[in-house]
Amino acid sequence: MKAWVFGDNIDTDVIAPGRYMKFGIERITQHCLEAVNPDFSRQVTPGDIIVAGRNFGCGSSREQAPAALKHLGVAALVAESFAGLFYRNALNLGLPALACSGAKRIRHGDRLSIDYASNQVFDLTLDERLPFEPIPAHLMEMVRDGGLLPHLEKRLARKERAS
Amino acid sequence: MMKQTLAQKLVARAAGRSTVAPGEIVTCKVDLAMMHDSGGPRRVKPMLERLGAKVWDPSKVVVITDHYLPAYDEESRNIIRIARDWVREAGIENFYDAQGICHVVLPERGHLRPGMFVVGGDSHSPTGGAFAAYMFGVGATEMLGVLVTGEIWLKVPHTLVMEFDGALQPGVSAKDVMLFLMGRFGLDGGQYQAVEYRGAAIRRLPMQERMTLCNMTAELGGQTGLIASDAITNAFLASEVETWDSDAGASVLAHHRFNASEIAPQVAAPHSPANAKPVEQFRDVKPTLAYIGACTGAKLEDLRMASQILGGRKSKMRLLVAPASARDQKTAADEGTLQVLLDAGAELLPNACGICAGYGDHVLPEDMVAISSTARNFKGRMGAASSQVYLASPYTVAATAVAGRVCDPREFLR
Repeated sequence: MKAWVFGDNIDTDVIAPGRYMKFGIERITQHCLEAVNPDFSRQVTPGDIIVAGRNFGCGSSREQAPAALKHLGVAALVAESFAGLFYRNALNLGLPALACSGAKRIRHGDRLSIDYASNQVFDLTLDERLPFEPIPAHLMEMVRDGGLLPHLEKRLARKERAS
Repeated sequence: MMKQTLAQKLVARAAGRSTVAPGEIVTCKVDLAMMHDSGGPRRVKPMLERLGAKVWDPSKVVVITDHYLPAYDEESRNIIRIARDWVREAGIENFYDAQGICHVVLPERGHLRPGMFVVGGDSHSPTGGAFAAYMFGVGATEMLGVLVTGEIWLKVPHTLVMEFDGALQPGVSAKDVMLFLMGRFGLDGGQYQAVEYRGAAIRRLPMQERMTLCNMTAELGGQTGLIASDAITNAFLASEVETWDSDAGASVLAHHRFNASEIAPQVAAPHSPANAKPVEQFRDVKPTLAYIGACTGAKLEDLRMASQILGGRKSKMRLLVAPASARDQKTAADEGTLQVLLDAGAELLPNACGICAGYGDHVLPEDMVAISSTARNFKGRMGAASSQVYLASPYTVAATAVAGRVCDPREFLR
């Protein structure tokens, strides 16, 4: 899938601008990342992967930032590092956030695939494998369920059956 | 017993353990969950309904409206209405409607105590760490998890100590300290760990200045900012509470030591708080708007700082002041601080997040250059993407308003 490459310190005001926050996710999504790439929301296709440098998602806690990326069909986020709050938010929505020290080797438009078994990003264009830090097991289970909401749904259903 | 940092002690208490080690993943019981109108009821209500779940303990939830106030269109009216209706349905009695910004209202109304473990649905939630409480920001879905279970997972943080010896110069404030740290360590300097502020200069600071330090720990990239409790904490809380502090000799990730008296007023250029440098490097910048607002920069102490500069002087540019809480505004009015600001030409805006969060009628138009006492100058945050926001302390914003260009406030205090 295609890589969309961004720089360091991409903040959540840029991912989900404040003046559209009163609207639903559909409208916010149209302006996702427009301050740094006006074409992004129109040209990204489901399955594409965001690649960034340090501290992706810094700033406001607004969950609409990872929600907008997910809504656009972004399959995963690969960055040198993530802002901690954004990292939690992304995983809570079932959007994998992968901390990869070699993220800067990936060029815009490279074809990527992600192997969660070996914890590697495969850059098919460069023919390189870039390891990422595994997502902790308790969180990976939640990501596989599709995020915290479906995960809780499952947990509550199990509890109900048990009682 | 193993020596523990303040962060470790707070997390251990919430996890029901005697000690915890940095890097461990633990589950903590939440003492208090705070939400505002933007990330709160309108987001969590539909998810609670989908789960058919109720709030685990309504007495441990605080809801504060501050983002979409005053409501200015159909969408914002609806968001506020949802908040008002939901607190009734959910049985939440701790509801502060249009009383000011959540991070300021929460301690002002006595909800924070040293030793607590608190989550807030807003990134500036580390503000609560000024009360030696472990407080950090979460998104709406994570808040839902807390509301349903009363628990949250945490990777026990390492501690980064920022120690300030001596005393700040007159005209230099906690905001300058944070901009100084931002310039030095950048937006991820905090590494999502706990940042603990210590030293003689910190012990001298009043509570609201300590809150400014912990507040901007969000920009520094820490999970929380912490300050040990002491006599000043007790005086603010009007009660004697047990002291919470790090053990001497507890192991930390880094310990940085500075002489507070060497810190000059700082200004951060667009579009990042990390673009901070001493004020003298910005003397050619001529803003057309001065803004004193937000949880970071319009508390009572911030208004007092601005009034020290503005007393008997006039602003040469549009000067907007949005006091951070109704109670702070009332105190400022009673003591005369507010009149000083008004006499200098300030226009008063509501006690809400307003321009800082890009909401309301006063957001910055195309190409406007502004100087602001707020925390973030990211591109397009406070209005048009072409607007330019310089961040500074309330002293420096006021001095700039009077001088008509970016100005060192110490020039007015000699």
